[in-house]
Amino acid sequence: MLAIVDYRAGNLTSVRNAFSALGAEALVTRSPAAVAAAERVVFPGVGAAASAMANLRELGLLEAVRASALSGRPFLGICLGMQILFEHSEEDGGVDTLGVLSGRVRRFPHAPGCKIPEIGWNQVEGMEDAGVPAGGEFYFVHSYYAEKSPDTWGVTEYAGIEFTASVRRGNLVATQFHPEKSGRIGLDFLSWFLSL
Amino acid sequence: MLTKRVIPCLDVRAGRVTKGVKFKNNVDLGDPVEMAVAYSTGGADELVFYDITASAEGRPIDIGMVEAVARAVRIPFAVGGGIATVDDMERVILAGAEKISVNSLAVRHPSIIAKGAAAFGRQCVVLGMDPVRSARCPSGYEITTRGFRDFTGMDAVEWAKRAADLGAGEIVVNSVDADGMRTGFELEITRLIAEAVDVPVVASGGAGRPEHLVEVFQKASADAAIVAGMIHSGDFTIAEIKNAMHAAGIPTRMSY
Repeated sequence: MLAIVDYRAGNLTSVRNAFSALGAEALVTRSPAAVAAAERVVFPGVGAAASAMANLRELGLLEAVRASALSGRPFLGICLGMQILFEHSEEDGGVDTLGVLSGRVRRFPHAPGCKIPEIGWNQVEGMEDAGVPAGGEFYFVHSYYAEKSPDTWGVTEYAGIEFTASVRRGNLVATQFHPEKSGRIGLDFLSWFLSL
Repeated sequence: MLTKRVIPCLDVRAGRVTKGVKFKNNVDLGDPVEMAVAYSTGGADELVFYDITASAEGRPIDIGMVEAVARAVRIPFAVGGGIATVDDMERVILAGAEKISVNSLAVRHPSIIAKGAAAFGRQCVVLGMDPVRSARCPSGYEITTRGFRDFTGMDAVEWAKRAADLGAGEIVVNSVDADGMRTGFELEITRLIAEAVDVPVVASGGAGRPEHLVEVFQKASADAAIVAGMIHSGDFTIAEIKNAMHAAGIPTRMSY
Protein backbone atom coordinates (compact mmCIF):
# COMPACT_ATOMS: atom_id res chain seq x y z
CA MET A 1 0.00 0.00 0.00
CA LEU A 2 1.14 3.50 -0.86
CA ALA A 3 0.46 6.09 1.85
CA ILE A 4 0.54 9.85 1.26
CA VAL A 5 1.10 11.66 4.54
CA ASP A 6 -1.47 14.39 5.13
CA TYR A 7 -0.17 16.80 7.75
CA ARG A 8 -2.05 19.91 6.62
CA ALA A 9 0.92 21.03 4.52
CA GLY A 10 -0.76 21.93 1.30
CA ASN A 11 -2.65 20.28 -1.46
CA LEU A 12 -2.23 16.54 -1.91
CA THR A 13 -4.62 16.21 -4.83
CA SER A 14 -1.91 16.58 -7.46
CA VAL A 15 0.28 13.93 -5.86
CA ARG A 16 -2.61 11.48 -5.58
CA ASN A 17 -3.70 12.23 -9.16
CA ALA A 18 -0.21 11.58 -10.50
CA PHE A 19 0.07 8.17 -8.80
CA SER A 20 -3.45 7.39 -9.91
CA ALA A 21 -2.40 8.09 -13.51
CA LEU A 22 0.25 5.40 -13.01
CA GLY A 23 -2.35 2.93 -11.73
CA ALA A 24 -1.22 3.24 -8.10
CA GLU A 25 -4.10 4.10 -5.82
CA ALA A 26 -2.82 5.87 -2.74
CA LEU A 27 -4.19 6.20 0.76
CA VAL A 28 -4.09 9.82 1.94
CA THR A 29 -3.73 9.52 5.69
CA ARG A 30 -3.11 11.30 8.98
CA SER A 31 -2.82 8.04 10.88
CA PRO A 32 0.63 7.30 12.37
CA ALA A 33 -0.24 3.59 12.34
CA ALA A 34 -1.10 3.69 8.63
CA VAL A 35 2.19 5.45 7.88
CA ALA A 36 4.08 2.86 9.95
CA ALA A 37 2.37 -0.01 8.17
CA ALA A 38 2.65 1.31 4.61
CA GLU A 39 4.75 -0.51 2.07
CA ARG A 40 5.83 2.86 0.65
CA VAL A 41 5.35 6.38 1.90
CA VAL A 42 5.08 9.70 0.08
CA PHE A 43 5.74 12.78 2.20
CA PRO A 44 4.76 15.91 0.23
CA GLY A 45 4.54 19.44 1.51
CA VAL A 46 4.01 23.03 0.52
CA GLY A 47 4.20 25.94 2.92
CA ALA A 48 6.51 26.89 5.76
CA ALA A 49 8.89 24.68 7.74
CA ALA A 50 7.85 25.79 11.24
CA SER A 51 4.14 25.18 10.73
CA ALA A 52 4.89 21.86 9.03
CA MET A 53 6.90 20.72 12.07
CA ALA A 54 4.19 21.96 14.42
CA ASN A 55 1.52 20.07 12.46
CA LEU A 56 3.56 16.84 12.52
CA ARG A 57 3.87 17.12 16.31
CA GLU A 58 0.24 18.02 16.84
CA LEU A 59 -0.98 15.12 14.70
CA GLY A 60 1.41 12.70 16.38
CA LEU A 61 3.04 11.95 13.02
CA LEU A 62 6.57 13.11 13.67
CA GLU A 63 8.02 9.82 14.92
CA ALA A 64 6.09 7.74 12.39
CA VAL A 65 7.47 9.83 9.51
CA ARG A 66 11.01 9.76 10.86
CA ALA A 67 10.87 6.00 11.45
CA SER A 68 9.42 5.40 8.01
CA ALA A 69 12.17 7.48 6.35
CA LEU A 70 14.80 5.45 8.21
CA SER A 71 13.07 2.07 7.76
CA GLY A 72 14.68 1.09 4.48
CA ARG A 73 11.25 0.88 2.83
CA PRO A 74 10.66 3.15 -0.19
CA PHE A 75 10.08 6.71 1.02
CA LEU A 76 9.64 9.81 -1.18
CA GLY A 77 9.79 13.34 0.23
CA ILE A 78 8.65 16.16 -2.06
CA CYS A 79 9.53 19.89 -1.82
CA LEU A 80 8.99 20.93 1.83
CA GLY A 81 8.80 17.20 2.53
CA MET A 82 12.43 16.98 1.42
CA GLN A 83 13.56 20.14 3.21
CA ILE A 84 12.32 19.09 6.64
CA LEU A 85 14.16 15.75 6.40
CA PHE A 86 17.33 17.80 6.98
CA GLU A 87 18.54 19.04 10.36
CA HIS A 88 17.73 22.72 10.25
CA SER A 89 15.99 25.34 8.12
CA GLU A 90 16.59 29.08 8.08
CA GLU A 91 12.88 29.59 7.44
CA ASP A 92 10.69 31.30 10.05
CA GLY A 93 13.73 32.66 11.91
CA GLY A 94 15.33 29.21 12.13
CA VAL A 95 13.71 25.89 12.94
CA ASP A 96 15.12 22.46 13.83
CA THR A 97 13.66 19.83 11.54
CA LEU A 98 13.58 16.01 11.40
CA GLY A 99 17.32 15.39 11.11
CA VAL A 100 16.94 12.25 9.01
CA LEU A 101 19.51 13.72 6.61
CA SER A 102 22.54 15.76 7.58
CA GLY A 103 22.54 19.24 6.13
CA ARG A 104 20.84 22.60 6.27
CA VAL A 105 18.20 24.53 4.35
CA ARG A 106 18.88 28.16 3.50
CA ARG A 107 17.14 31.08 1.81
CA PHE A 108 18.18 32.01 -1.73
CA PRO A 109 20.26 35.18 -1.72
CA HIS A 110 19.22 38.12 -3.84
CA ALA A 111 21.00 37.83 -7.17
CA PRO A 112 20.56 40.05 -10.24
CA GLY A 113 17.77 38.79 -12.47
CA CYS A 114 16.92 35.88 -10.16
CA LYS A 115 13.47 36.22 -8.67
CA ILE A 116 12.42 34.59 -5.39
CA PRO A 117 10.60 32.19 -5.27
CA GLU A 118 12.28 30.22 -8.02
CA ILE A 119 9.23 29.23 -10.06
CA GLY A 120 9.47 27.07 -13.15
CA TRP A 121 11.32 24.31 -14.93
CA ASN A 122 15.02 23.86 -14.23
CA GLN A 123 17.62 21.28 -15.24
CA VAL A 124 18.66 18.47 -12.90
CA GLU A 125 21.97 16.65 -13.25
CA GLY A 126 23.05 13.41 -11.64
CA MET A 127 19.93 11.22 -11.58
CA GLU A 128 20.73 9.06 -14.59
CA ASP A 129 20.55 5.92 -12.42
CA ALA A 130 16.80 6.56 -12.06
CA GLY A 131 16.43 6.94 -15.81
CA VAL A 132 16.38 10.76 -15.69
CA PRO A 133 18.21 12.15 -18.73
CA ALA A 134 21.15 14.46 -17.95
CA GLY A 135 19.77 17.98 -17.71
CA GLY A 136 16.18 16.74 -17.52
CA GLU A 137 13.83 19.58 -16.60
CA PHE A 138 11.53 19.43 -13.56
CA TYR A 139 9.12 21.95 -12.03
CA PHE A 140 10.39 23.86 -8.99
CA VAL A 141 8.63 26.29 -6.64
CA HIS A 142 10.70 27.35 -3.63
CA SER A 143 12.38 30.22 -1.82
CA TYR A 144 14.64 28.00 0.32
CA TYR A 145 17.12 25.37 -0.84
CA ALA A 146 19.04 22.50 0.73
CA GLU A 147 22.80 22.87 0.67
CA LYS A 148 24.73 20.09 -0.98
CA SER A 149 25.31 17.28 1.51
CA PRO A 150 26.52 13.64 1.64
CA ASP A 151 23.17 12.31 0.41
CA THR A 152 22.77 14.82 -2.43
CA TRP A 153 21.78 13.00 -5.61
CA GLY A 154 20.50 15.46 -8.26
CA VAL A 155 21.84 19.00 -8.41
CA THR A 156 20.41 22.18 -9.92
CA GLU A 157 21.68 25.75 -10.19
CA TYR A 158 19.78 28.92 -9.35
CA ALA A 159 20.77 32.39 -8.17
CA GLY A 160 24.41 31.41 -8.60
CA ILE A 161 24.09 28.46 -6.19
CA GLU A 162 24.32 24.77 -6.96
CA PHE A 163 21.81 23.18 -4.60
CA THR A 164 20.31 19.80 -3.74
CA ALA A 165 17.57 19.01 -6.26
CA SER A 166 17.18 15.50 -4.85
CA VAL A 167 18.65 13.16 -2.26
CA ARG A 168 18.97 9.41 -2.22
CA ARG A 169 20.12 6.98 0.44
CA GLY A 170 19.01 3.53 -0.68
CA ASN A 171 15.22 3.53 -0.80
CA LEU A 172 15.01 6.92 0.90
CA VAL A 173 14.57 9.48 -1.88
CA ALA A 174 13.39 13.05 -1.83
CA THR A 175 13.09 15.85 -4.36
CA GLN A 176 13.03 19.62 -4.15
CA PHE A 177 11.13 19.66 -7.44
CA HIS A 178 7.55 18.48 -7.93
CA PRO A 179 7.59 15.24 -9.95
CA GLU A 180 3.78 15.18 -9.81
CA LYS A 181 3.72 18.45 -11.77
CA SER A 182 6.66 17.77 -14.08
CA GLY A 183 4.87 16.31 -17.07
CA ARG A 184 6.10 13.10 -18.64
CA ILE A 185 9.57 13.20 -17.06
CA GLY A 186 7.93 13.56 -13.64
CA LEU A 187 5.63 10.60 -14.19
CA ASP A 188 8.60 8.52 -15.35
CA PHE A 189 10.38 9.40 -12.12
CA LEU A 190 7.35 8.45 -9.97
CA SER A 191 7.10 5.21 -11.91
CA TRP A 192 10.75 4.54 -11.05
CA PHE A 193 9.94 5.19 -7.38
CA LEU A 194 7.13 2.64 -7.57
CA SER A 195 9.65 0.10 -8.87
CA LEU A 196 11.86 0.40 -5.77
CA MET B 1 19.28 27.25 -15.72
CA LEU B 2 15.71 28.21 -14.97
CA THR B 3 13.77 28.29 -18.23
CA LYS B 4 11.36 30.98 -19.37
CA ARG B 5 7.78 29.74 -19.23
CA VAL B 6 5.16 29.76 -21.99
CA ILE B 7 1.67 29.76 -20.46
CA PRO B 8 -1.49 29.28 -22.52
CA CYS B 9 -4.46 31.16 -21.10
CA LEU B 10 -7.93 29.68 -21.36
CA ASP B 11 -10.88 31.98 -20.75
CA VAL B 12 -13.81 29.85 -19.68
CA ARG B 13 -17.42 30.93 -20.07
CA ALA B 14 -20.24 28.52 -19.19
CA GLY B 15 -17.91 25.54 -19.30
CA ARG B 16 -16.39 26.36 -22.71
CA VAL B 17 -13.15 28.09 -23.65
CA THR B 18 -13.82 31.37 -25.43
CA LYS B 19 -11.73 34.18 -26.80
CA GLY B 20 -12.66 37.79 -27.34
CA VAL B 21 -10.88 41.05 -28.00
CA LYS B 22 -10.79 43.33 -24.98
CA PHE B 23 -13.36 41.07 -23.33
CA LYS B 24 -15.82 41.47 -26.22
CA ASN B 25 -17.05 39.39 -29.18
CA ASN B 26 -16.36 36.04 -27.55
CA VAL B 27 -16.23 32.99 -29.79
CA ASP B 28 -16.35 29.32 -28.72
CA LEU B 29 -13.00 27.53 -28.92
CA GLY B 30 -13.59 24.18 -27.26
CA ASP B 31 -13.64 22.05 -24.14
CA PRO B 32 -11.31 23.26 -21.36
CA VAL B 33 -10.08 19.81 -20.33
CA GLU B 34 -9.39 18.66 -23.91
CA MET B 35 -7.53 21.90 -24.64
CA ALA B 36 -5.57 21.63 -21.39
CA VAL B 37 -4.40 18.14 -22.28
CA ALA B 38 -3.45 19.15 -25.83
CA TYR B 39 -1.46 22.16 -24.65
CA SER B 40 0.25 20.37 -21.77
CA THR B 41 1.48 17.55 -24.01
CA GLY B 42 2.31 20.11 -26.69
CA GLY B 43 4.89 21.90 -24.56
CA ALA B 44 3.03 24.33 -22.31
CA ASP B 45 5.02 24.98 -19.13
CA GLU B 46 1.93 25.93 -17.12
CA LEU B 47 -1.69 26.79 -17.79
CA VAL B 48 -3.99 29.51 -16.56
CA PHE B 49 -7.78 29.42 -16.51
CA TYR B 50 -10.02 32.40 -16.00
CA ASP B 51 -13.66 31.76 -15.23
CA ILE B 52 -14.47 35.02 -16.94
CA THR B 53 -18.16 35.25 -16.12
CA ALA B 54 -18.05 34.02 -12.50
CA SER B 55 -17.45 37.46 -10.96
CA ALA B 56 -19.96 39.26 -13.15
CA GLU B 57 -22.61 36.64 -12.42
CA GLY B 58 -21.79 36.69 -8.72
CA ARG B 59 -21.26 32.93 -8.57
CA PRO B 60 -18.32 30.85 -7.35
CA ILE B 61 -15.79 29.36 -9.70
CA ASP B 62 -16.59 26.06 -11.44
CA ILE B 63 -14.85 23.60 -9.10
CA GLY B 64 -15.85 20.60 -11.20
CA MET B 65 -13.82 21.97 -14.09
CA VAL B 66 -10.79 22.56 -11.83
CA GLU B 67 -10.97 18.95 -10.60
CA ALA B 68 -11.30 17.59 -14.13
CA VAL B 69 -8.28 19.59 -15.31
CA ALA B 70 -6.23 18.44 -12.30
CA ARG B 71 -7.00 14.81 -13.11
CA ALA B 72 -6.12 15.25 -16.76
CA VAL B 73 -2.88 17.26 -16.78
CA ARG B 74 0.48 16.82 -15.06
CA ILE B 75 1.69 20.41 -15.24
CA PRO B 76 0.94 23.29 -12.87
CA PHE B 77 -2.05 25.52 -13.44
CA ALA B 78 -3.55 28.68 -11.99
CA VAL B 79 -7.19 29.60 -11.73
CA GLY B 80 -8.78 33.01 -11.50
CA GLY B 81 -12.23 34.55 -11.54
CA GLY B 82 -15.00 34.21 -9.00
CA ILE B 83 -12.65 34.17 -6.00
CA ALA B 84 -14.06 36.25 -3.16
CA THR B 85 -12.71 34.72 0.05
CA VAL B 86 -9.91 32.59 1.49
CA ASP B 87 -12.42 29.72 1.58
CA ASP B 88 -12.88 30.08 -2.19
CA MET B 89 -9.10 29.92 -2.59
CA GLU B 90 -8.95 26.80 -0.48
CA ARG B 91 -11.61 25.02 -2.55
CA VAL B 92 -9.67 25.77 -5.75
CA ILE B 93 -6.40 24.52 -4.24
CA LEU B 94 -7.96 21.37 -2.81
CA ALA B 95 -9.45 20.70 -6.25
CA GLY B 96 -5.88 20.48 -7.56
CA ALA B 97 -4.84 23.93 -8.82
CA GLU B 98 -1.39 25.17 -7.80
CA LYS B 99 -2.19 28.86 -7.81
CA ILE B 100 -5.05 31.26 -7.42
CA SER B 101 -5.08 34.49 -9.34
CA VAL B 102 -6.75 37.53 -7.81
CA ASN B 103 -7.23 40.83 -9.60
CA SER B 104 -10.16 43.22 -8.96
CA LEU B 105 -10.77 41.59 -5.58
CA ALA B 106 -7.24 42.45 -4.42
CA VAL B 107 -7.70 46.08 -5.46
CA ARG B 108 -10.84 46.31 -3.34
CA HIS B 109 -9.45 44.20 -0.47
CA PRO B 110 -5.63 44.05 -0.57
CA SER B 111 -5.64 41.99 2.63
CA ILE B 112 -6.82 38.95 0.61
CA ILE B 113 -3.24 38.69 -0.71
CA ALA B 114 -1.76 38.49 2.79
CA LYS B 115 -4.47 36.13 3.99
CA GLY B 116 -3.98 33.81 1.02
CA ALA B 117 -0.20 33.83 1.42
CA ALA B 118 -0.48 33.07 5.14
CA ALA B 119 -2.91 30.22 4.52
CA PHE B 120 -1.32 28.51 1.51
CA GLY B 121 2.15 30.02 1.01
CA ARG B 122 2.97 32.94 -1.23
CA GLN B 123 3.73 30.69 -4.20
CA CYS B 124 -0.02 29.98 -4.39
CA VAL B 125 -1.09 33.61 -4.65
CA VAL B 126 -0.82 35.31 -8.04
CA LEU B 127 -1.73 38.96 -8.46
CA GLY B 128 -3.22 39.69 -11.84
CA MET B 129 -3.32 43.33 -12.88
CA ASP B 130 -4.75 45.20 -15.86
CA PRO B 131 -2.74 48.38 -16.35
CA VAL B 132 -3.58 50.94 -19.03
CA ARG B 133 -1.49 53.86 -20.29
CA SER B 134 -2.47 56.91 -18.29
CA ALA B 135 -0.95 60.32 -17.71
CA ARG B 136 -2.56 60.43 -14.27
CA CYS B 137 -0.02 58.07 -12.68
CA PRO B 138 3.74 58.60 -12.12
CA SER B 139 4.77 55.39 -13.94
CA GLY B 140 2.48 56.28 -16.86
CA TYR B 141 0.24 53.27 -16.17
CA GLU B 142 -2.97 53.08 -14.17
CA ILE B 143 -4.69 50.00 -12.73
CA THR B 144 -8.13 49.17 -14.11
CA THR B 145 -10.54 46.61 -12.69
CA ARG B 146 -13.64 44.64 -13.63
CA GLY B 147 -12.48 43.77 -17.12
CA PHE B 148 -11.02 47.20 -17.89
CA ARG B 149 -14.29 48.97 -17.04
CA ASP B 150 -13.21 50.86 -13.92
CA PHE B 151 -10.23 53.18 -13.52
CA THR B 152 -8.80 53.17 -10.02
CA GLY B 153 -6.29 56.03 -10.01
CA MET B 154 -3.71 53.52 -8.67
CA ASP B 155 -0.23 53.56 -10.14
CA ALA B 156 0.60 50.16 -11.65
CA VAL B 157 4.21 50.00 -10.42
CA GLU B 158 3.28 51.09 -6.90
CA TRP B 159 0.51 48.50 -6.79
CA ALA B 160 2.88 45.75 -7.95
CA LYS B 161 5.37 46.61 -5.19
CA ARG B 162 2.66 46.72 -2.57
CA ALA B 163 1.18 43.40 -3.68
CA ALA B 164 4.61 41.74 -3.54
CA ASP B 165 5.11 43.15 -0.03
CA LEU B 166 1.71 41.81 0.99
CA GLY B 167 2.72 38.32 -0.15
CA ALA B 168 1.91 37.86 -3.83
CA GLY B 169 4.26 35.16 -5.14
CA GLU B 170 3.97 36.18 -8.77
CA ILE B 171 2.54 39.08 -10.75
CA VAL B 172 0.75 38.84 -14.10
CA VAL B 173 0.91 42.12 -16.00
CA ASN B 174 -1.93 42.12 -18.50
CA SER B 175 -1.77 45.19 -20.67
CA VAL B 176 -5.17 46.63 -21.46
CA ASP B 177 -3.77 48.44 -24.48
CA ALA B 178 -2.29 45.28 -25.98
CA ASP B 179 -4.90 42.70 -24.92
CA GLY B 180 -6.24 40.72 -27.85
CA MET B 181 -4.48 42.90 -30.42
CA ARG B 182 -1.78 40.33 -31.23
CA THR B 183 0.68 43.13 -32.00
CA GLY B 184 3.17 42.24 -29.26
CA PHE B 185 3.41 42.62 -25.51
CA GLU B 186 3.48 46.04 -23.87
CA LEU B 187 7.20 45.95 -23.14
CA GLU B 188 7.50 49.13 -21.11
CA ILE B 189 5.11 48.34 -18.27
CA THR B 190 6.29 44.73 -18.18
CA ARG B 191 9.89 45.87 -17.76
CA LEU B 192 9.04 48.56 -15.21
CA ILE B 193 7.31 46.02 -13.00
CA ALA B 194 9.84 43.23 -13.56
CA GLU B 195 12.56 45.61 -12.37
CA ALA B 196 10.52 46.93 -9.43
CA VAL B 197 9.66 43.63 -7.70
CA ASP B 198 11.63 40.59 -6.53
CA VAL B 199 8.94 38.06 -7.43
CA PRO B 200 8.51 36.56 -10.92
CA VAL B 201 6.61 38.63 -13.48
CA VAL B 202 4.41 37.13 -16.18
CA ALA B 203 3.77 39.19 -19.31
CA SER B 204 0.24 39.04 -20.68
CA GLY B 205 -1.73 40.59 -23.51
CA GLY B 206 -0.68 41.11 -27.08
CA ALA B 207 1.14 37.91 -28.08
CA GLY B 208 0.58 37.37 -31.79
CA ARG B 209 3.80 35.85 -33.11
CA PRO B 210 6.68 33.80 -31.64
CA GLU B 211 8.97 36.86 -31.95
CA HIS B 212 6.76 38.70 -29.48
CA LEU B 213 7.75 36.21 -26.77
CA VAL B 214 11.42 36.45 -27.71
CA GLU B 215 11.11 40.22 -27.41
CA VAL B 216 9.39 40.26 -24.00
CA PHE B 217 11.99 37.89 -22.53
CA GLN B 218 14.96 39.71 -24.03
CA LYS B 219 13.85 43.31 -23.63
CA ALA B 220 11.40 43.36 -20.72
CA SER B 221 12.94 40.85 -18.25
CA ALA B 222 9.74 38.80 -18.05
CA ASP B 223 9.98 35.41 -16.35
CA ALA B 224 7.03 33.93 -18.20
CA ALA B 225 4.60 34.95 -20.94
CA ILE B 226 0.95 34.20 -21.55
CA VAL B 227 -0.31 33.26 -25.00
CA ALA B 228 -3.92 32.88 -26.09
CA GLY B 229 -5.33 33.84 -29.50
CA MET B 230 -2.17 33.06 -31.45
CA ILE B 231 -2.34 29.39 -30.42
CA HIS B 232 -6.11 29.03 -30.01
CA SER B 233 -6.57 30.13 -33.62
CA GLY B 234 -4.12 27.48 -34.81
CA ASP B 235 -1.91 30.17 -36.36
CA PHE B 236 1.04 28.97 -34.25
CA THR B 237 1.90 26.00 -32.04
CA ILE B 238 3.65 26.10 -28.70
CA ALA B 239 6.47 24.14 -30.34
CA GLU B 240 6.93 26.91 -32.91
CA ILE B 241 7.07 29.50 -30.13
CA LYS B 242 9.59 27.46 -28.17
CA ASN B 243 11.74 26.80 -31.24
CA ALA B 244 11.94 30.55 -31.82
CA MET B 245 12.86 31.19 -28.19
CA HIS B 246 15.48 28.44 -28.21
CA ALA B 247 16.96 29.73 -31.48
CA ALA B 248 17.24 33.20 -29.92
CA GLY B 249 19.25 31.80 -27.02
CA ILE B 250 16.50 32.06 -24.41
CA PRO B 251 16.54 29.22 -21.85
CA THR B 252 13.56 27.12 -22.93
CA ARG B 253 12.21 23.72 -21.93
CA MET B 254 12.47 21.76 -25.18
CA SER B 255 11.71 18.18 -24.01
CA TYR B 256 8.09 17.50 -23.19
